[in-house]
Amino acid sequence: MNPLGIADRPRLAARARLKWDEREKRHVLLFPEAALVLNATAAETLKLCDGIRTVGAIVDELCARFGEQNRAAIAEHVPELLRRIRERGLVET
Amino acid sequence: MIPRLYTVVAELTYRCPLRCLYCSNPIEFANSCAELTTDEWARVFRDAAALGALQLHLSGGEPALRPDLRELVRAARAADLYVNLITSGAPLDERRLAELRADGLDHIQLSIQDTDRESAELVAGARSFERKLSAAGMIRRAGFPLTLNVVLHRFNIERVAEMAELAAALGADRLELANAQYYGWAMLNRAILMPSREQYDRAELAVREMRERLRGKIEIVFVRADYFADRPKPCMGGWARSYVCITPSGFVLPCHAAAMIGSLRFDNVRDRPLEEIWRDSAALNAFRGEDWMEEPCRSCANRTIDFGGCRCQAFMVAGDARAADPVCSLSPFHHRVSAALSASETREPVYRNALNSRRLCAPR
Repeated sequence: MNPLGIADRPRLAARARLKWDEREKRHVLLFPEAALVLNATAAETLKLCDGIRTVGAIVDELCARFGEQNRAAIAEHVPELLRRIRERGLVET
Repeated sequence: MIPRLYTVVAELTYRCPLRCLYCSNPIEFANSCAELTTDEWARVFRDAAALGALQLHLSGGEPALRPDLRELVRAARAADLYVNLITSGAPLDERRLAELRADGLDHIQLSIQDTDRESAELVAGARSFERKLSAAGMIRRAGFPLTLNVVLHRFNIERVAEMAELAAALGADRLELANAQYYGWAMLNRAILMPSREQYDRAELAVREMRERLRGKIEIVFVRADYFADRPKPCMGGWARSYVCITPSGFVLPCHAAAMIGSLRFDNVRDRPLEEIWRDSAALNAFRGEDWMEEPCRSCANRTIDFGGCRCQAFMVAGDARAADPVCSLSPFHHRVSAALSASETREPVYRNALNSRRLCAPR
């Protein structure tokens, strides 16, 4: 699989659906037979995966939201997170 | 503490165009009462979601034989469940699939019996092979993610590589190769269906190769055959620990097979709300946790991993639902499982149909 680039435009795969789990107050990513429990950053990242925004734009938007002082961490963490979720076939680029 | 419910299997109907020799429906299916109505199911879906359920499988029989399937899918999506349709494919066409997609159905699991038409239709007891292949195409064209499911047994287990090729060619995301589980109709036909140890080992190897070859294209799940293991499967992830199966007439079971344990009285969603049943049902509490366990399970280090295995299998093979799953080599009845492995033989198959159902459960 190609490495995930800053210009890629990730979107949720057809079989994956993001859901707020009211019971345990967190987001989960649902797909056939299973669910991934998401932390807040992962959930915010996946919400921005609309097939239009690039990975770079997603990083920018998260920096605007969580503070520019976190840019280094976000820029490192977000592509890695998307790469892992793409490997499971839940995000497509 | 009452665990969280995660998964609900709604068996919408026992009607089915197929007669599969390994069907997991109860043998006495033809004697069951009236099916739940649209409104009753819709209430069950809302109650399940309120209990924390995330996943809903619409199953059967053939769930697409329900004329209200669209309403049921909409009700399930309104409750924000991830909705999977488990189907033979037979009653589906392009128009219906487009409608179900618009109604919010998330995923379809299509069964096929084999890659060889003759063998497939012999096991299904009905002409169905071509129809299934065309259904797979229609499902993909309608935009659904697709899991292809094949139950493995002596007559098809040597073709797992062909099954993987076919699944990839049909555009499936997932292939589930599930070794037959011997309950209900499959138990009646166990001597016919049981593969040999050699067949089983070769299949496991072939699956490993195909997984490597098709990596990134398709996910291949191999559901192991517990008869060939020496420790039991963690059946249902533990009795009433995260899962319920609701029968067409509304009985709430911890799995699709548990109705066979005659000493248990299962509650019905027509009589009590699901929330109350999940918490208080005597049948669901009978084997919840560890208090019910006897030796060798009670002091076994594996009891938190396999939960003592399968209660139905203990009931069928050891004659006692409290016993250790006889698949376990620590069970005093393990020799009965070993004997079944060497007893594969030729005899008349018993097809799953209403006539056989009534004949087999008629008072003797």
